[in-house]
Amino acid sequence: MVAALALAAAISLPAWGDASTMRILVEFIALLVLAQMWNLLAGYAGLVSIGQQAYVGLGGYALIVLADDFGANPFLAVPLAGLVTAALALPTAAIVFRFRGGYFAVGTWAIAEVYRLLIANTAALGRGSGRTLKAVFPLTRESREVTTYLLALAVGVAALVGVYLVLRSRHGLGLMAIRDSEPGSETLGIDVFRTKLAVYVAVAFGTGVTGALVYLNLLRISPDAAFSINWTAYPIFIAVIGGLGTLEGPLVGAALFFLVREGLSDHGAWYMILLGSLAVGVMLVYPHGLWGLVTSRWDVRLFPVQRRVRLDGGGADP
Amino acid sequence: MPWVDTVLQGLLLGGLYALFATGLSLIFGVMRIVNLAHGDLSILAAFLAVVAVETLGLGAFAALVLVVPLMAALGYGLQMLVLNRLLGRGILPPILVTFGLSIIVQNTLLEIFSADSRRLDPGGIETASVSLGGQLAVGWFPLITLAVAVAILAGLQLLIGRLSLGRAFRATSDDQETAELMGIDNRRLYGLAMALSLAIVAVAGVFLGIRTTFTFASGPDRLLFAFEAVIIGGLGSLWGTLVGGAVLGIAQTVGARVSPGWGILTGHLVFLAVLLLRPQGLFAKARRVA
Repeated sequence: MVAALALAAAISLPAWGDASTMRILVEFIALLVLAQMWNLLAGYAGLVSIGQQAYVGLGGYALIVLADDFGANPFLAVPLAGLVTAALALPTAAIVFRFRGGYFAVGTWAIAEVYRLLIANTAALGRGSGRTLKAVFPLTRESREVTTYLLALAVGVAALVGVYLVLRSRHGLGLMAIRDSEPGSETLGIDVFRTKLAVYVAVAFGTGVTGALVYLNLLRISPDAAFSINWTAYPIFIAVIGGLGTLEGPLVGAALFFLVREGLSDHGAWYMILLGSLAVGVMLVYPHGLWGLVTSRWDVRLFPVQRRVRLDGGGADP
Repeated sequence: MPWVDTVLQGLLLGGLYALFATGLSLIFGVMRIVNLAHGDLSILAAFLAVVAVETLGLGAFAALVLVVPLMAALGYGLQMLVLNRLLGRGILPPILVTFGLSIIVQNTLLEIFSADSRRLDPGGIETASVSLGGQLAVGWFPLITLAVAVAILAGLQLLIGRLSLGRAFRATSDDQETAELMGIDNRRLYGLAMALSLAIVAVAGVFLGIRTTFTFASGPDRLLFAFEAVIIGGLGSLWGTLVGGAVLGIAQTVGARVSPGWGILTGHLVFLAVLLLRPQGLFAKARRVA
């Protein structure tokens, strides 16, 4: 009910909101989706990647190449960019899946640097100075902004519903089993490697779509900005502070992230120091995050993915 | 001849990378965690040396006398107060906490020292070189770096092989629970390992600052090079780390000679090639555990 009202307000925003509100909301949705994707990867599948900026950057560059060089509709190019990053995720996985734990984290980071440097050395992609999305120039500013915003909204809702459905499915249960014990889930007949690979590629798709969306909003891309570690640091802080391994956590975390960032916008890098310290503090003291704090007091679940035994009905809540 | 010179420079650069890699490898060997703030802490050490040079008028090498114990104390405190609380909670918390620390250190350095690049001045030695006949010459400073790296590796080898602290390191590395049953205080041991790691990292950071300019953002690359040197050399092999650093250093200098933008990238690509062709590394001690 609350969600339906919020969604109605969000869809009708172009009718009553201004352009800067829409731009900020696109950014909010982008970070929220990135946090959901990272949460699915690390909080559920146990694949702690520090290199998701690879897919943000590749998605952004794929958008510009598809729209400007191949003449695709720039809005249609956003989901197509996700397909490109998902395809690139397969050979990438062949490399990073050789590592586990901490070395998987550094390995994904190294691969993101390889992509950044490859693009920064490619003349057709503008080398270090990057490129500008020209395909949207014929559109009026207003129609571009409204379409971008509505597309972002659609991506945000699709990501939330998508992650929810994955977690509610049989595969979601398998995922959580893998996170808790790999050898244990293997003996239960779960194909650990294929499940992890499927999640890795699906998350690369979602992250790539978001990267394309970000650069449809910004219009200007450069390797240093597109492959910045911040594209992984922000989602990690959002997911960790809000609550890892929950769908609601990133929502809470993203709201707090924006409050802190806007509140400290005149104070340079201090918002990053504060958010980093908050994330470290949460990991140390309350690993379930802010949302975990809420659910430990009150029995509320916006997106119930848990399966609970119901004694009265005699069966398990699916 | 220019190519021989390039390879030689790369080989010496490998000495510096081995210093970075040794600290990372030590921590992973003893407690199976990867310190993602490793590179940023080395840059913190370099900035501490800058402060020591500017306020106390010390030379760059003399600053080590202050910076190394300071970083060791920081490492001990970090492990005892923060990282030890995460023991037994799986792989995710140490990764996230050290990553958070990396971002905190980086941005704090940015706020305090601005985005300007800095360099440590050791008083002329960084440009002095020794002729090897013909047109070949190597700098004294890269030679000293390599010698220090070899000395630290030899010292570490001795410590791990001979002393009781080293025996405790090996014991916890093999089996944490049993080591604890045998009366080894894991927490204090981990504190000492982190202190040792950051002491080595401090040396690496100061040497980096003498060799080249650095900024608040120079840390992550140091972590990646250290990681690549460890993987190329083979996990768990101390001398392999030196070879890994040398392979990486040679790849970078040769790549940069071919085209200026390709130095670091060539290093990464050689790392990937080693990973695909010889995943256990060049000098793997045992079965791959990472």
